[in-house]
Amino acid sequence: MVYRGPYKIAVEEKDRPAVEHPNDAIVRVERAAICGSDLHLYHGMMPDTRVGTTFGHEFIGVVDEVGPSVEHLQPGDRVMVPFNVFCGTCYFCAKGLYSNCHNVNPNATAVGGIYGYSHTAGGYDGGQAEYVRVPFADVGPTLIPEWMSDDDALMCTDALPTGYFGAQLGDIGLGDVVVVFGAGPVGLFAARSAWLMGAGRVIVVDQVEERLAMAEQFAFAETVHFKQVKDVVVHLKKITDHLGADVVIDAVGAEADGNRWQHFTSTKLKLQGGSPIALNWAIDAVRKGGTVSVVGAYGPVFSAVKFGDAVNKGLTLRMNQCPVKRQWPRLFEHIRNGHLTPSDIITHRIPLEHVAEGYHLFSSKLDGCIKPVLVPNA
Amino acid sequence: MPDQDQTPYVSAARPQRFSPDELRARIPGWGADLDPAVRPSVPRELSDGVPAHAHWRLPEQQPELERRERSIEHARLTPVFGTAAPLRGLSGRVRRLAYARYSEARAPHWLLLIAADRIEVVEQRALALAGRGTARPVRAPEPDAPTQRGEAHERQ
Ligand SMILES: [Zn+2]
Ligand SMILES: [Zn+2]
Repeated sequence: MVYRGPYKIAVEEKDRPAVEHPNDAIVRVERAAICGSDLHLYHGMMPDTRVGTTFGHEFIGVVDEVGPSVEHLQPGDRVMVPFNVFCGTCYFCAKGLYSNCHNVNPNATAVGGIYGYSHTAGGYDGGQAEYVRVPFADVGPTLIPEWMSDDDALMCTDALPTGYFGAQLGDIGLGDVVVVFGAGPVGLFAARSAWLMGAGRVIVVDQVEERLAMAEQFAFAETVHFKQVKDVVVHLKKITDHLGADVVIDAVGAEADGNRWQHFTSTKLKLQGGSPIALNWAIDAVRKGGTVSVVGAYGPVFSAVKFGDAVNKGLTLRMNQCPVKRQWPRLFEHIRNGHLTPSDIITHRIPLEHVAEGYHLFSSKLDGCIKPVLVPNA
Repeated sequence: MPDQDQTPYVSAARPQRFSPDELRARIPGWGADLDPAVRPSVPRELSDGVPAHAHWRLPEQQPELERRERSIEHARLTPVFGTAAPLRGLSGRVRRLAYARYSEARAPHWLLLIAADRIEVVEQRALALAGRGTARPVRAPEPDAPTQRGEAHERQ
């Protein structure tokens, strides 16, 4: 797929990527997913998203070629690739902050490297394609375990680890009341993961019926349809003993819909790096002294966040892009023993040639679309 | 009135709806990661998080075949970088200016980049109309059954 401008995706023939660094691999993509954060690019909200670039940071595939210094992968290996591009040895990688690698993104120091996520995230083409260049092939990709399904492996490249990471950043303790804003894939996985950490109640907030139904079935959560209550913050306070939640997870990010002024200044005027509606609700709905965890995607431009409330309530705000590879060993255990069933949320399978329709479907949340998967040469 | 009904106006604990045993019976894996020590990415910063397979201290430098723009907050060109869509045309000049002059902390940096994004769309459309575009479109097959639903629970 190729980006042609806001809301315009085309299928075009591009040259097969080449090895550009000795530790590169070229991977032939078998499956790629469209992610909620791709909509940020699709809507033209992420600065330096260039015409002709290819999106896609969630993909699995087969190694097709390796550079001369690659020691641990060979052509034919089936691999899952974390959405983070990372070197493994810089100051930040050495602390395990793989999503904050300093050696992979010349365009920004505040952002790490991400496949197919604009030049602000390093200018890499992504995996919604037949082939993709994978830098640092010796540290990023991992062989897909024999026992794992391809769909589960695909969900492990971003959505599942990010959701789990969101719950983990909340420092959930025994019996905590957890509210999750957003019943997209990341929110659903965050809600499900909150139970693993001992939550006493999990409440998911969204406005899409199918997603709320999924939150009940898949994530065993109570749900709130924010368009059906007069004031979502008051409603949440009422159902949480007038205390508020112990932990709130923002799994919406900058594409939030729910406040006209915020929506207008961000998506129409592009004056904000995204509309922080969900984040402001999170700050207001958490209890004093509580924790707000942010794993929704926000752009680098300023957003109008209610910081005073966060200060006055003594909140802990925790956030990051997920360091995917650190999450894998534990998540693999949970998948293997059935505690987590990530592929259950995949709703659509779309041939790569129909990617434009896939973006439209997903962006407009039509046909109950929760997680669409693209299949090249289907 | 029981004490808990007056929370948070008294110091009583929040009432618990379900006991751990009830939750464990209903939810797969409930409490498996109750101990923070088993949660991945805990602690947040490691003393040695270098993956076993990283066989370099500083990665080799990827060759800079075209002059690569970079944030002025970086001391050097990073060892590895993306090479999708190098700078070109008027939008390229605006982007180069945004990177060369303003740090990530400055509003003009981002506003120029956003302006360049809009310029490029017009620029590329004009080139395509003039027959000088570089796109090689692939016609999508007829959408007979473009998307398939109902496979969500099919497991391999
Ligand atoms: Zn994603
Ligand atoms: Zn690094």
